[in-house]
Amino acid sequence: MSHIVTGTFDSHCALRGFTPGGNTGSDLDAPTESLPPPRVDFQSPNAGRCVVRLSGDWTVKSTGRPHPAPDANLSSNSTVAFDLNDVSDWDSALLAWLLELLIVLDQRSIRYQMETLPGGVRRSLELARAVPERTDTPPHGETSGWLARVGLGAQRGWTATKHIAEFVGDCTLAMTSLVRGRAQFRRADLLLFMQEAGAEALPINLLISFLVGLILAFVGAVQLQQFGASIYVANLVAIAMVREMGCIMAGIIMCGRTGAAYAAQLGTMKVNQEIDAFRTFLFNPIDFLVMPRMLALFLMMPILTLFANLAGIAGGVLIGIGMLDLTWLEYWHQTVHALTFKHCAAGFMKSFVFGLIVAISGCYNGMRCPNNAAGVGQATTTAVVAGITSIVIADAVFAVLFNIFKF
Amino acid sequence: MADQPHIELKNVDLAYGDFVVMRDVSARVARGQVFVIMGGSGCGKSTLLWNMIGLQTPAKGDILYDGKSFLQADDAERESMERKFGVLFQGGGLWSSMTLAENISLPLQEHTQLADDEIRRIVRLKLALVGLKGFEDFYPSEVSGGMMKRAGLARAMALDPEILFFDEPSAGLDPITSRRLDELILSLRDNLGTTVVMVTHELDSIFAVADQAIFLDNASRTVKATGNPRDLLRDTKDPAVREFLTRGGQKEPAKAI
Ligand SMILES: Nc1ncnc2c1ncn2[C@@H]1O[C@H](COP(=O)(O)OP(=O)(O)O)[C@@H](O)[C@H]1O
Ligand SMILES: [Mg+2]
Repeated sequence: MSHIVTGTFDSHCALRGFTPGGNTGSDLDAPTESLPPPRVDFQSPNAGRCVVRLSGDWTVKSTGRPHPAPDANLSSNSTVAFDLNDVSDWDSALLAWLLELLIVLDQRSIRYQMETLPGGVRRSLELARAVPERTDTPPHGETSGWLARVGLGAQRGWTATKHIAEFVGDCTLAMTSLVRGRAQFRRADLLLFMQEAGAEALPINLLISFLVGLILAFVGAVQLQQFGASIYVANLVAIAMVREMGCIMAGIIMCGRTGAAYAAQLGTMKVNQEIDAFRTFLFNPIDFLVMPRMLALFLMMPILTLFANLAGIAGGVLIGIGMLDLTWLEYWHQTVHALTFKHCAAGFMKSFVFGLIVAISGCYNGMRCPNNAAGVGQATTTAVVAGITSIVIADAVFAVLFNIFKF
Repeated sequence: MADQPHIELKNVDLAYGDFVVMRDVSARVARGQVFVIMGGSGCGKSTLLWNMIGLQTPAKGDILYDGKSFLQADDAERESMERKFGVLFQGGGLWSSMTLAENISLPLQEHTQLADDEIRRIVRLKLALVGLKGFEDFYPSEVSGGMMKRAGLARAMALDPEILFFDEPSAGLDPITSRRLDELILSLRDNLGTTVVMVTHELDSIFAVADQAIFLDNASRTVKATGNPRDLLRDTKDPAVREFLTRGGQKEPAKAI
């Protein structure tokens, strides 16, 4: 029996090329046709004794010729012995098959003689059976019917709402301790985040806002020209940019740029247990990680909005002068005349809020990220989607409120 | 051909850019040997392993498998060499979006033509061999660090590779599991003729499984000793090697732990 363990060693190693699949013909692809197929015979020389005779090639390479199912018509009072003398070559495929057979035999409480297996096979199987099977179901559980899913969905929605409320509450507390001058983060972090959310985000903001201003002016120009009121393009662009589009565009850009980055950063930190490490050193992760990010966006967003407004108006100027033959002075006068304090204040106010929304959405999703790579991706997606949606909803709410209070 | 080493390192220099981690590493590992890389933390053991499996390229020297240069091989040759490797990373390296069973069955699905139930059988076997029977449907994030390590081991063994590379396989395992791991390594070597390259600090494990060991010295950035660890312990004159193998001077290392 020992020849299985030792005798076939060389052929064994030479055969194990592991490239049966695919067409990457390497010299190691031994032709599988030449191998004898795996076979199993159940023989009963006398009542009460059954010999399982295996023969042929029992390797993962013997493909296309599936190994027989590890099952047999065995009566429960027979004793099973194994005969592997005719196995020409084997690897995990044989072990896996035998392990399965032993499980079947155990289930039917059929006795078998492990000692009839070659030593190497026996030791491997004993190793595989050393630790008993764990039978509890994994925590992620089964999928259930749609009613249950609706219920679970609602529950999850409710928990998420509570979590967000809790997070906003924590942030508020952290904010109060910040105001009282007991901030717990590093100043360098704050400056870095301000640079990332400010200067580095400026070019894309300028470009997009400029184009938005241009588009607004163009659409307006075509309509207003028909009434000979082309000078009002200046009003249109100035008010639309300052009151709505400047802060909304800045918010959406920052959400896709910085909010996503925050979610990915914090999510990765969570996966690496860095956030837990902050907790064990008694740093409040909200203080340490969320506050500087939130503060940076809160401070930078109005500035970005200001630049966005200017870029948008510049886009309007281009159309006004280039297409409508207005003069600089006319356009300037009209713009200054159109922009009241209320318009400016409305846009400015919203930009602070949008900054907070982007920061909360990014940080919240990052901090609650599941502990795996897919989780980080999910957190980032959710941060952007939720952030943009919230910005638009918040803008609608502002519109209603401004209308009620005649602002 | 008979005494052709399975793996041969020829004066390999390991470096990150200009920073040389280890100079002039040479070794010959015969087929079916367990080769242990030992040395203090941060001395370049993982780096050596990464160079051997092609994740990094040595700054100097050559690595040969079955007498063929791994570094000079063209893409197809290199791929056929790499297919014979099974690698366990220090942190497990499991794909977190897949269950343990999927982690193991993916290479089987891609690189063999086995039928689904055969794959399922092999997955069961591999998980059973590392003591994780019944954890097929768990995600890596749902099991402990030691279990992730063992699942990584099961995945490394998925294709019955000719060479297994283990980076600190027993770190984070309890003594009993760790001993079973040693048995597993020996049974792989004895049954399937697998060559095992292993980074480890566990003296017990080193003495139990190593046919050959190499000691990387942090201070001199060179290989201080090569050979069977028992012989090394008996014969070495080098204080660093001696200190390592006796756990900093404690007597009877193999029993003391
Ligand atoms: N990506 C890297 N870039 C530069 N240096 C590295 C890098 N990874 C590791 N090192 C350095 O290489 C040395 C060896 O690291 P490593 O091989 O991980 O050690 P260990 O023996 O503990 O496995 C260390 O000094 C480490 O600082
Ligand atoms: Mg290491």
